Amino acid sequence: MLDIKLYNTNDENAWCPGCGNFSILDALKCATAELEIRPEDLVVVSGIGQAAKTPHYIRANGFNGLHGRALPPAQGIKMVNKNLKVIVTSGDGDSYGEGGNHFIHAIRRNMDITHLVYDNQIYGLTKGQGSPTTALGQKTTMQFEGVIQNPLNPLALAIASGATFVARTFTGDREGMIKILKEAIMHKGYSLVDILQPCVSFNKVNTFKWYMDRVYSLDESYDPTNKVLAFQKALEFGDDGIPVGVIYREYNKPIFEELHPVIRDNENVIDRVWNPQDAEKFIEEFM
Amino acid sequence: MKYNILIGGQAGQGMDTISDVLEKHLKSRGLFVFSNKDYMSRVRGGHNFIQIRFGDEPVYSHYPELDLIIALDKNTIEFHRDRLKASGSIIADELIAYQNERVISLPITKATKEIGFYKAFGMVAAGAALKYFNISLEGVEKVLPKKFSDEIKTKNLDAIKKGYELLESRLSLSEGCTSNNILINGNTAIALGALAGGLSFYSAYPMTPATSIMTYLSKKQVEAGIVVEQVEDEISAINMAIGASYAGARAMTGSSGGGFSLMVEALGLAGITETPLVVVNSQRPGPATGLPTRTEQSDLSFMLTASHGEFPRMVIALRNPEDAFYQTFRALNLADKYQTVVMILTDQYLADYRMTIPKFKLDGLKIERYISGEEVLEEGEEYRRYKLTGNGISPRLIPGKVEGQIVLVDSDEHTEYSHITESAEVRNAMMEKRMKKLELMKEDIIEPEYFGVEKPEVVLIGWGSTYGPLKEAVEMLNNEGYRVGALSFGDIYPLPQKLLRKYAEEAKVLVNVEQNYTGQLAKLIMQETGIKMDKSILKYDGRQIDPKEIYNRVISEVL
Repeated sequence: MLDIKLYNTNDENAWCPGCGNFSILDALKCATAELEIRPEDLVVVSGIGQAAKTPHYIRANGFNGLHGRALPPAQGIKMVNKNLKVIVTSGDGDSYGEGGNHFIHAIRRNMDITHLVYDNQIYGLTKGQGSPTTALGQKTTMQFEGVIQNPLNPLALAIASGATFVARTFTGDREGMIKILKEAIMHKGYSLVDILQPCVSFNKVNTFKWYMDRVYSLDESYDPTNKVLAFQKALEFGDDGIPVGVIYREYNKPIFEELHPVIRDNENVIDRVWNPQDAEKFIEEFM
Repeated sequence: MKYNILIGGQAGQGMDTISDVLEKHLKSRGLFVFSNKDYMSRVRGGHNFIQIRFGDEPVYSHYPELDLIIALDKNTIEFHRDRLKASGSIIADELIAYQNERVISLPITKATKEIGFYKAFGMVAAGAALKYFNISLEGVEKVLPKKFSDEIKTKNLDAIKKGYELLESRLSLSEGCTSNNILINGNTAIALGALAGGLSFYSAYPMTPATSIMTYLSKKQVEAGIVVEQVEDEISAINMAIGASYAGARAMTGSSGGGFSLMVEALGLAGITETPLVVVNSQRPGPATGLPTRTEQSDLSFMLTASHGEFPRMVIALRNPEDAFYQTFRALNLADKYQTVVMILTDQYLADYRMTIPKFKLDGLKIERYISGEEVLEEGEEYRRYKLTGNGISPRLIPGKVEGQIVLVDSDEHTEYSHITESAEVRNAMMEKRMKKLELMKEDIIEPEYFGVEKPEVVLIGWGSTYGPLKEAVEMLNNEGYRVGALSFGDIYPLPQKLLRKYAEEAKVLVNVEQNYTGQLAKLIMQETGIKMDKSILKYDGRQIDPKEIYNRVISEVL
């Protein structure tokens, strides 16, 4: 295990006091320390939002890009350097709203990256508007009469799209969260972790207590490799309970890096030795 | 001597193969070749045509007057017969049965029946065309498509020979004056320039007329050992390329105007994160879907300011396939040197036309990455991605390459350590740091090319793909004693000004020649130098301006 202090930065944290993001940051550092991923071998990639500030609060390589666009650079990084551990830290607006198309296609691409979604069912950075996961009827700082769009079910969408690791965890369960993060990071292929995280400033419905009253852990009798059951579990969300744990996992599905002929059979392309004269053979074909 | 052939028919009639065989054979006979395609946005039917100009002297452009039409359908005759020179002819199958004194009606279908291979129709026509110009068939077997099996090759060869026997030669020219030429189109030259330049990552979404860059790179991906990824949309394309570049790859993306429009937010991302990136915009007429398979130069103004906020950028327009190769190579070096976006502007005309040019010279080309290692750090120093230096360029480390050091980049305004800041002081320092690079770039810009008489009265000012048509037009005008010259811009931004100011002072009349409605280069020149054009020759019908049109319009509208 590495010293967790290795990941500390001196950047001033801009999250609200009591924000669930602190627990996620702590769990993330624990997970990477326990997995002995050195800061220089880790890249934390984000878009924009409160979750997206994470690269500033964990000492690691970081790419804090554009809103909704965390997944494309994360995959670009992995494609050219498979030695790096790539973790995306994002929110429900960033990943499921602005970046929805990239979400689906990152699942299709199935690269060995970890996608953490700090899901507080509200927009935090822009101050309280409805997000893709805000409940139907919930009043917000923008939806004054209540949200009338159906909430997205990210887990069901991920399973349906072919994801091989789909999990949900809750910031109130530190140990469970660390365990899930470690499993997600170690999973070969794209892994999604939807992290329930109460927004203390703007979501007065999905509070810490609201989640505490509903969240239950999946026990060992649950078989996450059964896709049909997993789909049923993924649909469970509300007053009757919210399951947390690994909802679905599939072992041994080939990943992008194993299927791509160049990435599979070569050193990282960033280490390719190349001179302009090496292109001579291509030019010859036009003689 | 130059001749001009048009092959016309419906999409799916095999014009590409006829043209390919003719072009390659003419080239192998030592001739200069220039071919361009005019095609509709459909897979079958409609009316498409290809023009092949060839001769024993260099050919820089397409041209309207025709020596021969190969008509695969009746429409081709109807649409193009007025462009035939007085000496010109039309080759058509006897079954088309078109009554016109120009038509040489040949039993092409009958010939294919004799060979027992109806698909050989085009090759019979090609053979006939070669005979028309008295071009020897020697070596023609070598230019048949490689994908053909031996049996199909034999049948096609029989077809060419049959076609050759169907008529008498009417024209002729000397052969065998060039041997070290390649036959290539603009997009393939871009791809080759990128490959030579050490490109290791290309992500894009298919869009005409940029797609063939990705197609070529994808075909060579394994052999070259690079990653080419077709992504979900252009937003992903550019963001993925920026991620790859951040991680140390030489990255490029490309699209046409519509896809480029989707990319614009991320141009600023490359700008503020100071990530090297080359973006190709292969223009077609807009707005929105516009004319998908046709040509225009209407994205220049947009490229100059695309993305909100201010950051340094370079815009290079490609003038011909040679430029496409060497300037793409150069763009990759410049993007790394200045750690920002270099945009390459081309268009459908240049993307698709093929011409014979001297084989690209690789000796003397050097890949310059400007990537640093731990040598830039003092002992115990923590790496600062945005370290303030005298010239605005910070040493660039690659994530994972230096023990104990991390590389953090941010789209927010940031400190030297790349942490988010709202400090006015830091903001000023970082803006000035980035914008300083724009000043530095001016040392790297290349002046436009001038051609024409030494002391011109009229100077035509163009950019990008109008190079070839301008070159021939100026020659035609000079030959008739008109004191005309032309400045053709490749580097556009920062705007090179030396030659521009010289000719603005010397010439009486400045005329911008552009394929757009608003005169976008003229506006840039006015903005940067205060120099105003006296006249404009503009065209926005989606068809590339040709030398004759420039010649005619200079005489009627300028002189």
